Formats: sequence, C-alpha cells, structure tokens
Amino acid sequence: MTSKNSRRLVGLAVLGLVVAACGGGDETADGADVECEAGVTDAETLNFYNWSEYIDPELILAFEAETGVDVVESFYESNEAMLAQIQAGVTYDLIVPSDYMVGIMIEEGLLMPIQKNSVPNISNLASEFTSPAYDPGGEYSVAYQWGTTGLGVNLSVVGEDFEPSWALIFDPELTSGYAGGVSVLDDPRETMGAALKYLGYSLNEASTDALQEAADLIAAAKDNIATFDSDQYDEALVTGEVAVAHGYSGNMIVAIGEADDPDNFAYVVPQEGGTLWVDNMAIPADSAAPCTAHAFIDFLLDAENGAALTNWNYYASPNAAAEPFIDPEVFEDETVYPSDELRSRLEIIADTGDFEINFEDYFAQAKN
Amino acid sequence: MTVSAAIRPKSPIERLLASNSWLVFAFLYLPILLLIGFSFNENRNVGIWTGFSTRWYGEMFQNNDVMRALRNTLIVALVSTLVSTALGTMAAIAMERFRFRGRGTLDGLLYLPIIIPDVTMAVMMLLFFAQAFDLVGGFARVNFGLGTIALSHIAFNISFVAVVVRARLSMLDRALEEAAADLYADRWQIFRRVTLPLIMPGVAGGALLALTLSLDDVVVTSFVSGPGSTTLPVYVFGLVRRGVTPLINAVSTVMLVASMVLVGVSLLFQRGSRSPDQEEGLT
Amino acid sequence: MIPAPAKSERQALEQSAEKADSRRGLLISLPSYLYLVLFFAIPFGIVFVYSFATRSRTGRTVLEGWNLDSYGRLGDSIVREIAFRSLVLAVVTTVVCLLASYPFAYYIATRRPAIRNVLLVLVMIPFWSNFLVRTYAWRVLLGTNGPISQLSQLLGGDEIRILFTNTAVLIGLVYGYLPFMVLPLYASLERMDWNLVEAARDLYADGWTAFRRITLPLSMPGVIAGSILVFIPSLGAYVTPALLGGARTTLLGDYIVGQFLSARNWPYGSALSVAVMVVMLFAAVFYFRAGAKNA
Repeated sequence: MTSKNSRRLVGLAVLGLVVAACGGGDETADGADVECEAGVTDAETLNFYNWSEYIDPELILAFEAETGVDVVESFYESNEAMLAQIQAGVTYDLIVPSDYMVGIMIEEGLLMPIQKNSVPNISNLASEFTSPAYDPGGEYSVAYQWGTTGLGVNLSVVGEDFEPSWALIFDPELTSGYAGGVSVLDDPRETMGAALKYLGYSLNEASTDALQEAADLIAAAKDNIATFDSDQYDEALVTGEVAVAHGYSGNMIVAIGEADDPDNFAYVVPQEGGTLWVDNMAIPADSAAPCTAHAFIDFLLDAENGAALTNWNYYASPNAAAEPFIDPEVFEDETVYPSDELRSRLEIIADTGDFEINFEDYFAQAKN
Repeated sequence: MTVSAAIRPKSPIERLLASNSWLVFAFLYLPILLLIGFSFNENRNVGIWTGFSTRWYGEMFQNNDVMRALRNTLIVALVSTLVSTALGTMAAIAMERFRFRGRGTLDGLLYLPIIIPDVTMAVMMLLFFAQAFDLVGGFARVNFGLGTIALSHIAFNISFVAVVVRARLSMLDRALEEAAADLYADRWQIFRRVTLPLIMPGVAGGALLALTLSLDDVVVTSFVSGPGSTTLPVYVFGLVRRGVTPLINAVSTVMLVASMVLVGVSLLFQRGSRSPDQEEGLT
Repeated sequence: MIPAPAKSERQALEQSAEKADSRRGLLISLPSYLYLVLFFAIPFGIVFVYSFATRSRTGRTVLEGWNLDSYGRLGDSIVREIAFRSLVLAVVTTVVCLLASYPFAYYIATRRPAIRNVLLVLVMIPFWSNFLVRTYAWRVLLGTNGPISQLSQLLGGDEIRILFTNTAVLIGLVYGYLPFMVLPLYASLERMDWNLVEAARDLYADGWTAFRRITLPLSMPGVIAGSILVFIPSLGAYVTPALLGGARTTLLGDYIVGQFLSARNWPYGSALSVAVMVVMLFAAVFYFRAGAKNA
C-alpha cells in the first residue's frame, strides 16, 4: 500500500472516530413532556411496527376511517430484529414487543411512558395484566395479546396417539422417521427455551452448562430440522413440507383451520411445559406521533375491537371487557385459552440481565 | 475461423457442444417460464396446478402494499440511475482523459464498490446513517427511508457506470478528438460534439446496469429502509418468508416482463445508434 | 509570420496548460470523488472503527473501552467452520459455473456473427431480469410439491426434497452467476486469433491438443475474470442461501447479517465485515495481477 493510501486510511479512521464520538449518548426519552388528549391525533401517519399477520386488516381500516390517519405497517419476525431496528435509529410510532423485550427496552430508555389518561379504555384490561413483572405499574406498555408456543403436528405422520412432548422435534429417533423433518423457531429464547424445558430446566436458566446442554441437543437434532423459521412454519406444516412445526398458538390454529384437511393436524403444548408469552403495545421514545399512538392503543383496548382481534388471530385477549364479545368457540378452545393445569407448567420468558447474550451465542453455535 | 466453421461438417464434438448449449439455455429459461406459468395458477398453493386464472394479477393491483412498494422502487431506481450515471460518467472522463492529483486514489475508490459484497455494503450504510442521524437528530427530523436507500444505491452505482464508460472511452480512437482540436474546437465543444456522442452507447450501457442493480437490490435496501419505504424486491423477499401464494409469481412476472422490455428497448436504441463498422458482440 | 516562442517560454506555456488541464480534471472528478468519500469511504471508516468498540449487554454499541475482542473471536471454531463452508461453496460454485460455461461460451464464440449476437442477447435476458425473482423461481421448482418433485414421482421415483439443502443453494448460486462466467469467457474466446488454431491443425495436431495448448491458455484471462466475478459474490452471498438454504447451515452472509439484525453485536459484525473485505481485496488484487500477466 502506498504511503498516500495508508495516510488516507488513517485519516478515514480518525474521521470515523470523530463522527462516531460526536453523536450518541443521549438515550433519554424525548416525549416525556408530551401532553395528549384522549382520542386526539397529532400526525397524519402512524408507523406501526408489528409481528406479521397479527392484526385484522379490518381493524386498521376502521381506525383509519375513524381518525383519518394513514397507518403504515411494517413487520418483523423476532423481538431482536425489532430491537435492532430501533437501536439503529429507525423511527416507529408503535411497536409490539414481547414481555422480556419490554424490560430490556425500558432499561435502555427506548420507550415513552404511557399517559394513562389518554387511554381511558385501559380500565378494560384484566387485573393480572395491569402491572406485569417486566413493567411494574404498566408504565410503558399495554398488553396486546397473549398465548403459548407449542408444536403443530401432522397426525398422518406422527400418528393419532403421539406423545405431546418436545421430543417431537428434538429426538432424532422420532424425527428421523418423519418425511420432511421438522421446523423450529428461529428465535434464541424460544428454541433454547424449548430445549431447556425438555431437559428439565427452567426457561430462564442462567447457567452456561445448561445452555451448552441445550445447544448440544439442538445440534444433535439438526439433521432432521428442515429449517429454522419464525414466519412460515404454519404454511410449511399444512402444505406437508414438514411433519412437525414449532410455533405460536394463534398462527398455528388459524392455519390448521384454513387447511384443506384440518382434522389431519393438531396444535399442542408439550407436557414438559413451554412458553407463556404476553405481547404488548409500546411507544418508542423518539416517535413522531405519540398522541396518535395513544389513540390507537385506546382504539384497540375497546371491548369490541379487542374481541375482534382475538376472533381474527386466535390469540388470547388480556381485555376483560372484551370477553363477552369473543366467539364462544374461540373462548372455550383450550389451545387458545389454556386450562389452569396447563398454565401451571408454563413460564414467561424473563430478562436474564448480563447473561442474556449467552442465549444468542449458544443458539448460533447450535445452528452452525 | 467463421469460414472454416461453415464448411467443416458437424463433428461429434460440434454436436456435443450444441446439445450442451441447449441444456444451458434450458437451465437458464426453465425456471423463468415456470414462474410465469404458475402466476396463472388458480390454486393458492404455488406448486400444485389446479386451473387457469388471472386473479393474482387483479389482487396485485388492488394490494396497497404492492403498489406502494412498486412506487418506491421506481422512484429510487430513477433517482439513483440519473445521479450515478452523471457522476459515473464524469468520473470516467476525468480518469481517462486527464491527469490530476488524487487520480490514483479515485481509481482505488472506484473499484472498491465493485468487489465489496453487498452484505458489507449494507452494514456500512446502516452504521453510517445510524451515526449520522445521531449527530443530526437534534436539528432535523430525519429517518431511514427513500432518501437513505437512494443515497446508498448511488454509492455503489457510480463505480459500475464508471467502469462501463471507461471501457468505452479507452476504446475510442483519440485521433477524432485530436482532429477536432486541430480544427480549433475548445475542450467543451470537443466533449459535446465528438466524445459524448461516441461514448453514448457506453453511457447508456452504464445507465442500464445502474438501473438493473438498483431494481435488483435486496440486502442494502432492507438494511437502510424505514417504515413505509419498502421496495418491491424487499417486499417480495419478505413475502417469500411470510407466505407463498401465486401473488408473488404475478408480481415477479410483471417485474420480469418489465425488465425484459427495458432491455429490449435499450438494445434497439444501441443498435440504432451504432455505426455498421462498430458491430461487435457487446458494447 | 509569428516567430516561434523561445524554448523556456514554450516550457512555461506547456506547464501552465498542464496545470489548467490538471485543475479541470480535478474539477470534473470532484463530484463523484466527494460523493464516494462521504458515502463510501467514511461509512467504511465507521465500520472499521466500530470493530474495535464494545457491546452493551442489551446490544447497544458503546464507543469506549476500545478493544480487539471482536477480532479475537474471528479465530473461534464457529467462525472457522462458517468461513470454510462458505469458501468451499464459493469454490464449488465457481468450478461448476466454469465447467458449464466454457463449452457454452466456446459454442457461441464459434458461430457466425449474426447468430452470436442473438445468442448473447438470449444469455443476457435472464441476467437483466430481476435476480431475486429468478432465485425465487428455484424455490418453487425445488419445493417438495413442486414441478421437479412431481415429475420425478411421475417417473416412478420418490418425491424430491432438495429445498433447504446446500445443493439447493449451489444450484441457486450457479444459476444466478452463470452469466458472469459466460460473458468474460466469451469475450476472451472471441478476441482470440483463431488462425493459431488453424496453424496448429496444419501441423497435424489433433483437435484436443490444439485446444489444450492453444485455445485454453489464450482464454485464460477470461477464465480468471469469470472466476473472480463468480467467486466473490458467492462468498458473501446472502439472498440465495436465505431463500433456498433454509438457515440450516449458516454461511458467512447470513452470519454477518445476523450480528446486525438479530444478535445486535455491531462490533463483532463489523470485525467480520472488515475481515471479509480484506479477503475480497486480496482476491481482487490477485485477479488484477494475474490478468495483467496474461493480457
């Protein structure tokens, strides 16, 4: 390299350093002083960042008609992917993080406090959701939907009396006999969690030994794992591409219901236990339309709208006032609203503090 | 060579080569034809044919997300092609016709975007904009969107345009330009009336390449796009991962046909502007 | 008649003309120069700087505590495995492309000019069509219930499950980058002096010997150019493995992207990107040297 070029490189590095040093550091919430009136919007567009297929398009249209706001939807497939975008500085007005992610984002100062008086319908929330462990006092998040993570199975492949266990995806003896193999979520906490539960640990086991065991289990099972997929697992199941799919309750139930032969499939939560998750609506600190976001949250907390949500995506609603409006067949469905007995075996994913990155690292190691 | 090819009888080798070529063509075109074919599939399930239908095309034009993505794609492609063609051509001319300080560095700078993998490019632009917004965020409302996408596309397109135009420039016989100079034409006149028309096929080729690369881009765009600024390839990429219906085939077919028409038009344009003794295989 | 200027005057005139020329050149190059510095060189500088930064426990990049930890991780077995796997895939893709393209390019180069142009356009059309769409076409083709599988079942075989395997990725990469190999090969074959081959045949060399000792060496620049043009993108491929590979075995592209979009470890991802860039640079420099030797 010529001396001129090496000088340029040094110059670049210095410049890069200067640029990098100048910015950053200011992570405090911007919109803390914003005053919002109930139902009043402050912008023409609402940038809504959500999981895919999680909201009835009719609801979006209804909100747009009611307020004249244009809702621009973007989709993500994992909490981490959403956090990556927020951390990179992309501005959204409303996001839907899961339980543990809310805790992380609060700590990072990425969320704007919710003004309860701008969201009168918040009184509709069932009491168990008003002050969750990951957001004491419900200051920064409002529960959206909750559900379970489990397995969708193709009965013609696994047989009618299969054992509802995580072995259906982790035990090579079982899976090597399944044409097409299995599909597993591409989500570190969910998949490592499933492995941990199968091995008898807690979902939130903060021990590297346990994680290593879980990673080894997944690696050993990999020959029969067709794909790590957080998006199309339901499609892959009902088209016969895979025999067993790891995924979220609502998506799975809807897909099975729409299949040509719904009786050929079933959704189960394994007996070793699994994840109970709660997704929440939250407003990023640098949102350009905080009042509109508040109005949208209020809109979704309305009793009938909350029920419409559940009736569409088959996830359980945290909205107590919505219960009378939910389709009975959905409300009675144990796969949507798990029994108390099942709930006792489920855990909510919790932020493990400094240990958190190990889940991602061991997962990457297992996938490799 | 061509003479002997005409009179030499078809040897077994010849036949082997010919059949190999047919196989390669089949390999190249079969997927495309099947893709187009299945866009008319009545069944929701892409791989299984149940009947002929144009419903997906109807759905496509009614789908707001698709239309918005299409609009974004066209805006970004147009802007980035125009700017990068202008800048790239200027860079090519500067490199080929002038000697100046810093020419070596520009040479290096121009080659880097060509060899860089698009993942690295995407990462670079993400970090750059994230950092820049941190700096500027206090003064103005900036966000990732069509602007960041266009800026990124231009960044790598300049080099491609420059390479194509430089190739063209280096093939030019300088005698023509020197003759014009002898006839008292100044630099600008020489450029406008001699050089530019002669390199036009190169500029057009570079522009076409820039357009194609911009329309094709997935990784860089998905890293630096923001809410509502999805482009069509990124949208299709997301669709594939979310739910496969022939809607994607319909969108893809439209994109394919559009790009083929574009190529056809530009080839006709080049053929028309090319003089008989410039007939070669490529520009 | 104007007297010719004195030698020193002439030199001064020439010098000032050169200076003016140089200034003009600088001016013309300035817009693109500035653009590339701002939107290419500086971004790369930032990546370089970030590769020495630290990651907060929640994935934010902290620009203090500068360290070489990220580079240290490059020696991990997981990185070596991924790098090796990507390298092997890139090499195999290049070789397969070469083997498929050479006879093809040879055939085109030995047709009549009119036919040559038609054939070339036919090769270019898929290239100019959208890359993502073409790759997606293979996802449809290779699906378990897709056409190829149905065909094989029709012929009495089993259903074909190639999708989500390395083979699928290989097919996708070869398909995507074939034109990059064909065109340089064709260019160098077409430019060759075929009289040399004629001369060899006149000297009683058989077809194969003529090919081996005349055509092949003379087409080397094309082989090298095509190989580099296929190797480099294949090494850093992201879209093709994402669509056809099902994320079962991680490749470099996906691993790097994961650091930014999921693991949120920007310093580590930056270190990986820098390392990949350096490798590509070496490969490109090698190409230029080899190409120059053979020109």
